[in-house]
Amino acid sequence: MADREGTLAWLFLMPSVVYILALVALPFLLAIGYSLSDVTAGDPSFDWVGTRNFQRVFEDPVFWRSLGNTFVFTLISMALIVVLGKVLANILVADFRGKWVVRFLVLLPWTTPVALSSIAWLWMLDSIFSPIDWVLRQLGLIEGNMYWLGEPGLAMASVIAVHVWRLTPLAAVIMVAGLVAIPRDLDEAARVDGAGYWRRMFEVTIPLVLPVAAVAALFGAIFTFTDMAVVDVLTNGGPNNATQVLTSWAFFRGIDGGDVGQGAAIALFLFPLLLAAAIAILRAVRRLEVR
Amino acid sequence: MAIVEVRNLVKEFPGGVRAVDGIDLATEEDEYLVLLGPSGCGKTTLLRMIAGLEQQSAGDVLIDGEVVSGLPPRARQVAMVFQSYALYPHKTVLANIVFPLRAARVEKSERDRKARWAADLLGISHLLARKPRQLSGGERQRVALARALVRQPKVFLLDEPLSNLDAKLRASARDELKRFQDEVRTTTVYVTHDQTEAMGLGDRIAVLSQGRVRQVGPPMQVYDDPADTFVATFIGSPPMNLVPRGDVLVGFRPEHLLPSEVAPGGLPVTLKVDRLEYLSGDRHVYGTAIGVGEPTRVVARLPATVEADVAVGEEQPFAVPARRIRYFDAESGVRTQAGSS
Repeated sequence: MADREGTLAWLFLMPSVVYILALVALPFLLAIGYSLSDVTAGDPSFDWVGTRNFQRVFEDPVFWRSLGNTFVFTLISMALIVVLGKVLANILVADFRGKWVVRFLVLLPWTTPVALSSIAWLWMLDSIFSPIDWVLRQLGLIEGNMYWLGEPGLAMASVIAVHVWRLTPLAAVIMVAGLVAIPRDLDEAARVDGAGYWRRMFEVTIPLVLPVAAVAALFGAIFTFTDMAVVDVLTNGGPNNATQVLTSWAFFRGIDGGDVGQGAAIALFLFPLLLAAAIAILRAVRRLEVR
Repeated sequence: MAIVEVRNLVKEFPGGVRAVDGIDLATEEDEYLVLLGPSGCGKTTLLRMIAGLEQQSAGDVLIDGEVVSGLPPRARQVAMVFQSYALYPHKTVLANIVFPLRAARVEKSERDRKARWAADLLGISHLLARKPRQLSGGERQRVALARALVRQPKVFLLDEPLSNLDAKLRASARDELKRFQDEVRTTTVYVTHDQTEAMGLGDRIAVLSQGRVRQVGPPMQVYDDPADTFVATFIGSPPMNLVPRGDVLVGFRPEHLLPSEVAPGGLPVTLKVDRLEYLSGDRHVYGTAIGVGEPTRVVARLPATVEADVAVGEEQPFAVPARRIRYFDAESGVRTQAGSS
């Protein structure tokens, strides 16, 4: 049997094929089915309703707000994650005393379970007992409290900040791999050619690390896009849906609210966006291979 | 245009390895100085210290009479061609060549003029729009040279620029490098482990071993009058024969060990021939030399013009012209004059 490569290949592929079919393809088809039905948590019988769920979603201002928030949330997080990830990556590859402490600290956010770290942040951003507020008060910068999670703008900023804090280490590690892969000769050639630090950074290092940074960015985007833990724990979508994103809104509607059909319809909006991101990742990876 | 000088230069790497162990060396104006040595002899480290890519542990680097030891590479006005060429893979050939000028904030029209001049000189004008990965090895090397040339540096530093080319291309690239050198006439320090390159390109050769300079001199001098047994055996292919006799080593080059009928009056050597090789017209005769000192395996290289019969398995009379014989101290390997006793 070991000689029959076709059979063997299928045998090895089977577990992942089953896994993908059962946990990705099947739920996806179910979601499409539900989005066209009137299934609710209380009445699981399937009745075809055509596009009524979608019509109702489109008429719902909270949906549009969630969609907008999702983009704001993702784009700002992604930009910050890439920039900070690159800075952290530079620190991680640098050689200095005690670098293992820095590396340990840098990687810590990524290793902490998101629910735990989000809860920690919930306390940090507490409306009355926030230690951040306390520090700002001691410094004389504010009086009273900031209500981080109570003001719409601040709430969005907080959610983004926690997300960036959590995903930056991953981006940094991906970019370290990219940085390390750049031949040392190139940097040295640029130094002899008379280029200073910033010129080397922007004309040699960053262009060469760009395909890898793109992968890091897109990973970050997908994680941000599909994540609802931070929103759920910190703000629950509030105040007044100011931080509501597609995933959290789909969850509230479909699971908490019991309207499975509408939840599925909302969640399906993630699909074209994620598809685009996946294609972009694959193209970036191909560019890496060409070089 | 400039003189490069190093004074008592030392590079000690962490762990106590002395890659460069107190080197004093100076080029002459517009000279092509080749640093030649086996791998690990410190020649590349020396070059990198001149470039400023490596910080010396002690000693000084001077360019044009100025101490540049503490200066970064960009302040030293040197250009370097790396073994890998280190072309920027994401930039076109033109952008590669122009890069040093942009770093020096040269105005655009001037940049273009100089880039075209450098590209013309190296015959790569038709490649300017390509990316490095679309070029052959030889073309990459020329782009690297153009990038080094375009800034008109005081000094060229070349780190084994031919070693990534295949053997056939290497010969023609060496020839081109020589013409390039004649045209631009800039002080050049060239690192190689290939003696053919060193002999062919260098105005002078500095032979390095274990972080020290063994000998500096024009190719002919280094070849004909090696300062010690290291130089004698490192340069020359096959290397110089060394025959122990008492406390000296008697040295003679394979091409000077000839059948006695073509070298009358020389030091007689009886050669017990055990192998013959026929290489590009020459005959390489391997055998044991008897009568000079202790019987020792030696090589004789008979040029095509010598047609004397040499047969494997026989003892034949050979001779070395007396003025071709060099003596070395058996203990230290250093050249001695008084060895003729």
